[in-house]
Amino acid sequence: MTTAAETLSVVTEKEMSHPPEKVWRALTETSLLDEWLMKNDFRPVVGHKFSLRTQPVGNWNGIIDCEVLAVEPHRRLSYTWVSGIDALRVQSVVTWTLKATSGGTLVRMEQSGFRADQGQNYQGAKYGWQLFFGGLERVLGGLA
Amino acid sequence: MRTRPDAVFRSLADPTRRALLERLMQKGEHTVGALTGHANVSQPAVSKHLGVLKAAGLVEDRRDGRETHYRARPAGFAPLFGWLTFYSAFWNDRFTRLEDLLKRMGP
Repeated sequence: MTTAAETLSVVTEKEMSHPPEKVWRALTETSLLDEWLMKNDFRPVVGHKFSLRTQPVGNWNGIIDCEVLAVEPHRRLSYTWVSGIDALRVQSVVTWTLKATSGGTLVRMEQSGFRADQGQNYQGAKYGWQLFFGGLERVLGGLA
Repeated sequence: MRTRPDAVFRSLADPTRRALLERLMQKGEHTVGALTGHANVSQPAVSKHLGVLKAAGLVEDRRDGRETHYRARPAGFAPLFGWLTFYSAFWNDRFTRLEDLLKRMGP
């Protein structure tokens, strides 16, 4: 039986009436992230591994494991995002893009990744990982 | 009962409701009175929180004479188990919180 990976992507975008520099602080300072995202040990350093912690819900321990992939001050921030809950066990990448506008900042968040079917064979796994790293390459390539 | 993922998510955002739901999941069925004994809020407040959880499909109730018994409804979590629906609701909620924080931060 052949299994394919399912690609997933969520995009949330909103113009906020604050300058990119200020939005960047909210996205990258630990104490500010605590207030709107989750408890964290984030640092805006490529390669830094951190976790986001929230109240456990149901069979989920409330922990999300992350690693910083890209930091481009006031413009772009990207990190991996892996949560332990079975039904949501998806390898994903969260990318923030800030664009200055006349009224403030266009804030865009894209979370994309893949979920391989259970009992996946080698091809299925390989396909999934290629999609995953293909996504990373696009993200990193965009920063060159 | 059909419920929207963001209704489920919003109902779980409150720590008192999470505590009530956790108790029902771990210890089974309770009356409002018994739940109030374990909560730090009044009985009317507990009833109101249970109403929100019921509307979100996370608990169900049954009448037994003058008493209403509540129990958890695990199937109510199903809307959260879709990755897309879960994260759509999650990021919508977090964007609102981010904007609230930006307002509080000052210039």
